Amino acid sequence: MVMAIFIAAFPPLTGMNNYWVGILIFVGIHSMTTMGLSLLMGYAGQISLGHAAFYGIGAYSSGVLTTKFGIHPIGAFGFGILLSAAIAFLVGKPTLRLKGHYMAVATLGFGEIVFIFFNQLSSLTGGPSGLSDIPSLRIAGHPLEGKAYLYLVWAFVFLFLIFSLNLINSRMGRALRALHSSERAAGAMGVDASLCKLQVFILSAIYASMAGSLYAHYVTFISPSSFGLMFSILLLMMVVVGGTESIWGAMLGTAMLTLLPEYLRGLEDFEMLVYGAILTFSLLFMPHGVLEGARKLLIREEKEKAKDG
Amino acid sequence: MAEEILIVKGLSKFFGGLRAVDGLDFSLAEGRIQAVIGPNGAGKTTLFNLLTGFILPSEGSFFFIGKKLNGLKPHQIVSLGIGRTFQNLEIFSNMSVLENVMVGRHCRTRAGILSSGLRFPRMRKEEKAIRDRAMEELIFLGLERRVSRPAGSLPLGEQKLLEIARALATDPKLLLLDEPAGGLNIRETARLGEIIHRIRERGITIMLVEHDMSLVMEISDEVMVMNFGKKIAEGPPRLIQRNPQVIAAYLGEEVNHA
Repeated sequence: MVMAIFIAAFPPLTGMNNYWVGILIFVGIHSMTTMGLSLLMGYAGQISLGHAAFYGIGAYSSGVLTTKFGIHPIGAFGFGILLSAAIAFLVGKPTLRLKGHYMAVATLGFGEIVFIFFNQLSSLTGGPSGLSDIPSLRIAGHPLEGKAYLYLVWAFVFLFLIFSLNLINSRMGRALRALHSSERAAGAMGVDASLCKLQVFILSAIYASMAGSLYAHYVTFISPSSFGLMFSILLLMMVVVGGTESIWGAMLGTAMLTLLPEYLRGLEDFEMLVYGAILTFSLLFMPHGVLEGARKLLIREEKEKAKDG
Repeated sequence: MAEEILIVKGLSKFFGGLRAVDGLDFSLAEGRIQAVIGPNGAGKTTLFNLLTGFILPSEGSFFFIGKKLNGLKPHQIVSLGIGRTFQNLEIFSNMSVLENVMVGRHCRTRAGILSSGLRFPRMRKEEKAIRDRAMEELIFLGLERRVSRPAGSLPLGEQKLLEIARALATDPKLLLLDEPAGGLNIRETARLGEIIHRIRERGITIMLVEHDMSLVMEISDEVMVMNFGKKIAEGPPRLIQRNPQVIAAYLGEEVNHA
């Protein structure tokens, strides 16, 4: 059913123009980040307001290392992953031992610090005016552009999806869901709550960093404004609108919030108004996310059919 | 005399001015069923929370198979072999019955994020072992027909059994049952008594907090009576029933100390 919605929402792949290819690449890149956030929020019960920073660390690692140091994009990609993981460890280690929403506050602060670094380290990052001429990815000398890049991004999305679903249905996934339900009982089963949460936080940071690297090589120009608090909040919104309880919800929410502005563009001055109204209503009437809301509607319809018949 | 599996020395827990557990000394022989009884607020559940690392003792210490456990976290204590259930049900209601018991294997298995996400062969083998073992425990408790039900949809009596199955899956040497018969009817309680005997037959030492006196008298080898955080009596059930201090603690009579 989810696939049907995806296919219905997207114009057919064949004969697709570059405009739509670009948007679908963004849906994919954003999904890579929101999948990690969904694991963190829906399963580990933690909120991060700093995921744009991990996304930015990935993007700047790729951008800076390839343009300033001539390092191969794959090396830069790996460096971004290691750096994000290390930073996630440092931020997560002290905060995830505490109960409550310390994580949200800590990541909010961390996001701001990273944002300031991107702006101030001008010799490396180009400062507020950004970093340009990031090389495109190449395979055997041929640059990956347009549809080829779309396939690359969605191959990553597919791999992340498989990895995440495997994880949920495993020892670690069960431990996380158990924590979400009763931290005391999970502890009595041998689940180390802070360790589990830390691992998921690091995983979600790695997802975001990889997404950021793919973003940098796609747009070839990055500037700090793409990695601020607003983007962190937008990522959170995508997960919440789709539904925090499942990875599919996160993907659906990501597709909706990435596509919605494109569909609303025709409204011009009223665009933001309608966008806000749609978000508000979706949260008011489907507080558990659009995916769960749609599922309930379907069940109700089936029940009514059964009654009529 | 069997070997002592648990030795508690001067164990105390103070909450502000309240002495919830006050200088408790006792030991527990391997393979026994020991009941802990006492009026509400006597410190029985606090004792369990101390022994499983959910709260830290204010004073004193306790040793499990010769190892000092003070200051260890719950997840470390369960991996050393003390399993427990909870007085107020703490099942994972968002998961299936089978998955609940599978979580019990957490402390005996290893698969991490990477091997789980990539489904390494070793992880798959471990996953199968987890599933098989969880199934065995459900059969042991007669819950095999509930396997795929959401745990939250089970009736109370079966949720209580599910907690025991989950605790058994952790391979405990000592199992702490906190009011296992609470809320059960007579028939369910009788079945619980039989289950506790079968758990002992597996070589597991059992300590239970229980208010159902007929169950306590029927199944336990030894009864410890607590009041105001202190041990006021200890002995085989028949003698405890006649102990004047115990009767006083329960009925609120004045004890004649003269």
